[in-house]
Amino acid sequence: MHEMGIVLHMVKTLNETAKENDLKRIARVTLEVGEVSGIMTDLFEDCFDYFKAKHPIISDCKLVLKTIPAVTWCNSCEKTYETVRYGRTCPYCGSGETWLLTGNECVIKEIEAE
Amino acid sequence: MKIIKVGASITASNDRDADAIRAKMKEKKTLLINLMSSPGSGKTTFLSRLIKDMKDLKIGVMEADIESAVDAERIEALGAKAIQVHTSGMCHMDAGMTGKALDALDDGEHLDLIFLENVGNLICPAEYDTGAGLNIMILSVPEGHDKPLKYPLMFLKSDALIISKIDALPYFTFDLDACRKYTDDLNPGMPVFPLSAKAGDGMAEFEEWLRGKLADWTSETE
Repeated sequence: MHEMGIVLHMVKTLNETAKENDLKRIARVTLEVGEVSGIMTDLFEDCFDYFKAKHPIISDCKLVLKTIPAVTWCNSCEKTYETVRYGRTCPYCGSGETWLLTGNECVIKEIEAE
Repeated sequence: MKIIKVGASITASNDRDADAIRAKMKEKKTLLINLMSSPGSGKTTFLSRLIKDMKDLKIGVMEADIESAVDAERIEALGAKAIQVHTSGMCHMDAGMTGKALDALDDGEHLDLIFLENVGNLICPAEYDTGAGLNIMILSVPEGHDKPLKYPLMFLKSDALIISKIDALPYFTFDLDACRKYTDDLNPGMPVFPLSAKAGDGMAEFEEWLRGKLADWTSETE
């Protein structure tokens, strides 16, 4: 399962951060997840619960997922538009020369800890 | 209670491991190639042909699959060094798994090329940096020319696209020009190599390109 691998890496990063900052317990972790990052948040939470049972440092950790909207930039008419609604083709000028600006994130924003 | 700003990509630890692998491979003058595709695109047949054609190079192959050792056995029969990596159900290889596989493959003998044959899957392998110096994707003719539209990330992350099984073009409605256009829209300038590993057509062009990449890899300094 795809989400399992992502959560595995997140837990690794959390453990490393805890070690570096001498943290005993992580109470809350805030993630920024892009709208088109391909992460299914329900599955992500289930996977996180599985790891919570295995790592005492996150046993009571609350997971906060913040969705980052997907926005695409059109290089032809220099406008931005909603990626999920219009996809790769610019709705203003029909150009296919477009780039995703935001929406592919998968970032650990901050953690709250003791 | 204190708040720590992390701001790290979820895969930050993976990215660090991947950079360490690249540095190590550079030092060893070995080019690690991550080969990605769907199941059944002909990765192992392609590698078998390449090993026969490039006998002057020392080649190692790491076959990642969820189960079985059939692919590694095929490669070993050709005289190349091969190991089978079982991913325990995981749908991709990450840098940590690649590092372990490289250790298992290493018996002290220098290798020019190491191919990591990633798990057959067009989605997840593209999301993890394995530490490879080159990412190559294979798309086979029976899969259809519209795959760049459906699975854009892998086409974006690759350094070259191989279109395999071109000997089957007469039997499928695969539009080579359309595929090139979709690919170029996503990843402008990425080289595309249509070839048949079975008949041998197009292999020479790819092998020449690969030799150039190997020369670049071993001559560049960090």
